[in-house]
Amino acid sequence: MDLYEHQARDLFEQHGVPVLPGVVARTPAEARAAAERIGGVTVVKAQVKTGGRGKAGGVKVAKTPEDAEAAAEAILGLDIKGHVVSTLMVAAGADIAEEYYVSLLLDRAERRYLALASKEGGVEIEVLAVERPEALARVAVDPVVGVDEAKAREIVEAAGFADDVAGQVAAVLQQLWTVYRESDATLVEVNPLVRTGDGAVIALDGKVTLDENAAFRQPAQAELADEAADDPLETKARAAGLNYVKLDGEVGVIGNGAGLVMSTLDVVAQAGEAHGGVKPANFLDIGGGASAEVMAAGLDVILGDPQVKSVFVNVFGGITACDAVADGIVAALGILGDEATKPLVVRLDGNNVAEGRRILAEAAHPLVTVVDTMDGAAAEAARLAAA
Amino acid sequence: MAIFLTKDSRVIVQGLTGSEGRKHGQRMLASGTQVVGGVTPGKGGQTATFDGGVTVPVFGSVTEAVEATGADVSVIFVPAKFTRAAVVEAVDAAVPLVVVITEGVPVKDTAEFFTYAQEKGTTRIIGPNCPGLISPGQSNAGIIPADITPPGRIGLVSKSGTLTYQMMYELREFGFSTAVGIGGDPIIGTTHIDALEAFEADPDTDLVVLIGEIGGDAEERAAAYVRDHVTKPVVGYVAGFTAPEGKTMGHAGAIVSGSAGTAAAKKEALEAAGVRVGRTPSETAAIARELVRGLAG
Repeated sequence: MDLYEHQARDLFEQHGVPVLPGVVARTPAEARAAAERIGGVTVVKAQVKTGGRGKAGGVKVAKTPEDAEAAAEAILGLDIKGHVVSTLMVAAGADIAEEYYVSLLLDRAERRYLALASKEGGVEIEVLAVERPEALARVAVDPVVGVDEAKAREIVEAAGFADDVAGQVAAVLQQLWTVYRESDATLVEVNPLVRTGDGAVIALDGKVTLDENAAFRQPAQAELADEAADDPLETKARAAGLNYVKLDGEVGVIGNGAGLVMSTLDVVAQAGEAHGGVKPANFLDIGGGASAEVMAAGLDVILGDPQVKSVFVNVFGGITACDAVADGIVAALGILGDEATKPLVVRLDGNNVAEGRRILAEAAHPLVTVVDTMDGAAAEAARLAAA
Repeated sequence: MAIFLTKDSRVIVQGLTGSEGRKHGQRMLASGTQVVGGVTPGKGGQTATFDGGVTVPVFGSVTEAVEATGADVSVIFVPAKFTRAAVVEAVDAAVPLVVVITEGVPVKDTAEFFTYAQEKGTTRIIGPNCPGLISPGQSNAGIIPADITPPGRIGLVSKSGTLTYQMMYELREFGFSTAVGIGGDPIIGTTHIDALEAFEADPDTDLVVLIGEIGGDAEERAAAYVRDHVTKPVVGYVAGFTAPEGKTMGHAGAIVSGSAGTAAAKKEALEAAGVRVGRTPSETAAIARELVRGLAG
């Protein structure tokens, strides 16, 4: 789960990372009040979970509270790469002398953590990493030891920070490690970390990704979760305990297991090429269980998507038995009754497949077609969606 | 032979008395696995009896279980919040192979227990969030259905469970030496490369099917490894061509951000290393079929 900048700022502050005052505002009047409270020059910043907001006009400097109100007026409602701005942060202005970059993240390949640091912050770090890799220090971090004093010094030296800021940057790195460890983060990034005219080192903008698997021991995560920004169908699916991602095609997809469902999306998209470019409408993984309730909840979410023209249920019964899936489909259609109006193509294989197919054949539901292979079923679902 | 798991493997189940451990312990026994014991803290001295009248002892700790049974594989079914402690216990008991089935393990816990196991140097970890591995006809450590395919000479390594089953099913006419589900989490104990290395060295594996999915650069690394170190034919499949950027699709590892980690980039890297890559599971199986027949002829 990615945090908004203002949430990252608050988390930094809680763990002693130096930040500037920042106040959340959702209306121009709130922005004006925030600017009055902070005093002096402020910066009004769109709170969106995507990069490039500065270029999109989502960041404006305000010399007075009136300026802040006008800036808020201009930024609220902006569409930044598909994210409509509904929240702002009004932050104190900074007298920036230099911009740096630091982050802590997972190193999947080496299966430990990695610290990145550069004296050249404020730019897109992906670009810097490609164009001038020597300017970006990469230092391995042992997950058990973490960023202690010696490690922080090693990172600062590797990045070549000047003596007058090295101590402060090292201190920030240790504080960021505390954020990383205590919050179960998988990414803590400060870009830019700045040196101000009077020599202070401050985290001006931050990005934090939290590990949702750690929610059981991170009660604060629930408050940080941002359901309002998600698609309403995704919110509904989450409430039903389903793993659902809305896409923009016409063939609804239900399957078991993340890999098989991803593969199903690809097969549907490929089959759709022969039917005017029909595409998958969603990712929905019902996981190991396929009770009638889970199947009904899944179908309910998918049929609630007005873009869906047909549904492809693709199950390989490993632990899940195909007869349970078939029972689930029949029961779900019973529960949904007249609300189920779109054709379903079902492909079952694996555990107890003969019984599963027999159940569907016996029910002979007018909306259900059973196809033996994944490719054949995808083609049929695409054909029905295009019809 | 096979890789990592053979008919001689002596398997214990951590969490055997829980519902998942019990269900899968039963399935593992039914498919011929030597399940020699279970571990549940506080339940040492009890026994667990399965259908068919098989009774196995339950121990209070992994160390006791290993001393009493000579176990060399532990399969972990304990809940996510206890997984770290369970793996550390198995590493402390120097169990050579630990298979972590549990999903939802915080990545920090995985990073820590993996680092710990590396330092000890005596344990290979597979998973977490994986279906385990099966050497058909010999042994089954995890939740892969034993009846999909007979033994054979194809090796398979995959991040995904059901996609593994699908591919085994597509190629059931040939059978498998070992199929390893390495798991879809961002940090996993055994990688595609580890499995490729083992399959290359296994005299009973003729061809390897490598299944990947979007996220990270494990497939790109595997491609480089194949180019430099693997002489056996490798067939690839990558899931997630239609996945949108920035969305997690179930597997925590399966997230695309930016250009790196896309299915297209992985396919390209594999093909550049001489791996033929199918666009769908059935196309991948067709390539494997052609290659296997070529090897036979």
